Amino acid sequence: MSFTVAKGETVGIVGESGSGKSVTALAIMGILHPAARVTSGRAVFGGLDLVAASESQRREYRGRELSMIFQNPRAALNPIRTVGRQICDVLLRHANLPRVQVRPRAMELLARVQIPDAARRFDAYPFELSGGMCQRVMIALAIACAPALIVADEPTTGLDVTTQAGILDLLDELRRTTRTATIVITHDLGLAAERCDRIVVMHAGHVVETAPAHRLFTHPRHPYTARLIASTPRPGAKLTELTPITGAVPDLRGALPVCRYRSRCDRGTDACDEAPLPRIAVDDGHVVACRFPALT
Amino acid sequence: MNADTRAPLLDVRALTKYFPLRGTTARVHAVDNVTFAIARGESVGLVGESGCGKSTLVKLIARVLDPTDGRIYFDGADVGTIPAERFARVPARARIQMVFQDPADSLNPRFTAFDTIADPLRRLGTAPTGQSLRTRVAEVAELVGLPRALLGRYPHQLSGGQQQRVGIGRAIALRPSLLILDEPTSALDVSVQAVILHLLADLRERLGMAYLFVSHDLNVVRMVTERVLVMYLGRIVESGPAAAIFDAAAHPYTRALVPAIPVLGSARHRERVRLSGEPRSPVDPSPTTCRFFGRCPDGFERCEREMPVLAHITDDHEAACFAARR
Repeated sequence: MSFTVAKGETVGIVGESGSGKSVTALAIMGILHPAARVTSGRAVFGGLDLVAASESQRREYRGRELSMIFQNPRAALNPIRTVGRQICDVLLRHANLPRVQVRPRAMELLARVQIPDAARRFDAYPFELSGGMCQRVMIALAIACAPALIVADEPTTGLDVTTQAGILDLLDELRRTTRTATIVITHDLGLAAERCDRIVVMHAGHVVETAPAHRLFTHPRHPYTARLIASTPRPGAKLTELTPITGAVPDLRGALPVCRYRSRCDRGTDACDEAPLPRIAVDDGHVVACRFPALT
Repeated sequence: MNADTRAPLLDVRALTKYFPLRGTTARVHAVDNVTFAIARGESVGLVGESGCGKSTLVKLIARVLDPTDGRIYFDGADVGTIPAERFARVPARARIQMVFQDPADSLNPRFTAFDTIADPLRRLGTAPTGQSLRTRVAEVAELVGLPRALLGRYPHQLSGGQQQRVGIGRAIALRPSLLILDEPTSALDVSVQAVILHLLADLRERLGMAYLFVSHDLNVVRMVTERVLVMYLGRIVESGPAAAIFDAAAHPYTRALVPAIPVLGSARHRERVRLSGEPRSPVDPSPTTCRFFGRCPDGFERCEREMPVLAHITDDHEAACFAARR
């Protein structure tokens, strides 16, 4: 899997569960499960290969240059430490601030993520705040040291739509004002379409298509992308227009075909079994991993 | 059983559920004075944000929770007065069934698919044992598109979509007339969601069931329901035909909710109402202040001293708002 993110850009990684979206995020951050190995490849961030870097080098980057927003904010925050203290902890570890400025800065961050009455919420424990508020706290943690890259793994899954809209507006605003690069991992194509500049579509651990957001949704070239779009409910569409994707993601434990979508694809031929999997640039910034890209 | 087929299948009147707050005399107003009806074979959507009382309302109707006040008539009979703990053994239990959100959580991990579907038949069915039970379970599996070969499997041996087919099979085994679907597809991938939505639409047509479809995914609700109820902090704030709710919402809350859903293919950053502030507390809320006051972009002084009640916008479209758009 290969992709790039530019300064100030938001890249969406979409795909079904089990397609490897989160593993990608954790590998970039260097926080994969201890049993996992990055067997090959690089993740270059500002000149440093994060995969080859030592744990202590990575630790210097994490929190300061790279930060992550997790899916379930209540589970990701420390339940027995007030949210204000948690922000102070990050600042003390990474920000090089004089001690007296830490608390005011933490307060400022809470206000920055639009937590009403920040002074009072500073001393609140995560369980005392709503899910949306906890996610704002996590964003405050993530932006505490003005990172160059934020990886947001399903940042709004489980939140209400109105809360979700508020959180995404906040991330948009941060990106505009600080030129932070953002990777948003989501299973929600609508969210990706609305909020991302570019989209990376994953299927069974492969990138099957990469394109500017608008282009991807109007001119999908990989049959999987087209099926994914057709199975997503759109406003005003009838149920009869909603078409499922046949088959299932192949079992990733055994030997895998060259094209991992082959068994689900209705357009495949024997040529699809020939290695290597092609990566065809069909347009500016639009790459598709299919021997026979669909015409749209 | 009531022979009058013109009467609504489910008729809920002024239904109320308060939960006491431990160690205080205060109460959480989870469901407050909710009135609505579902006709035979009708598909009704229930939407609203977490904490709005959707789940409590559904539990009251499914009769696993007792109301504080109000009535629930099912097929003309007053079922709200039967204590929830006794309801499992009355015949009406077979006619109101439920499909839960996360099939992995709501199936008994020690039951095979066969046992899960057979369980309600053994308890309440007319064919509780032997060959007739096996035949009936096979029929249900066929209806929900579950291959017979999978009937011997446990939940962990099934995919998410297959698990949900088992959950639906359990719910329809007794041929209910009302199926309550609580976020039936929100734990599934879109590709599987599409399959399950088609299955549910097909079953409703074949078996003539009415649906109460609870979901926070408004795009899905729009596809599978005819009428939609919008709930906010324990009260129904708007109800009407699905098309009216989505294209001509009258209540300011609905008007903020609908455009907040991300949609494929729309212009980026559409115009939408942004809600500010936090919801009001559901603990002993003022009976004379609109629950949406403070977050509402259209609120004015009357909203703080008088509770708006549902009023007709058109024949079948109601909203509880003084500033409702007509």
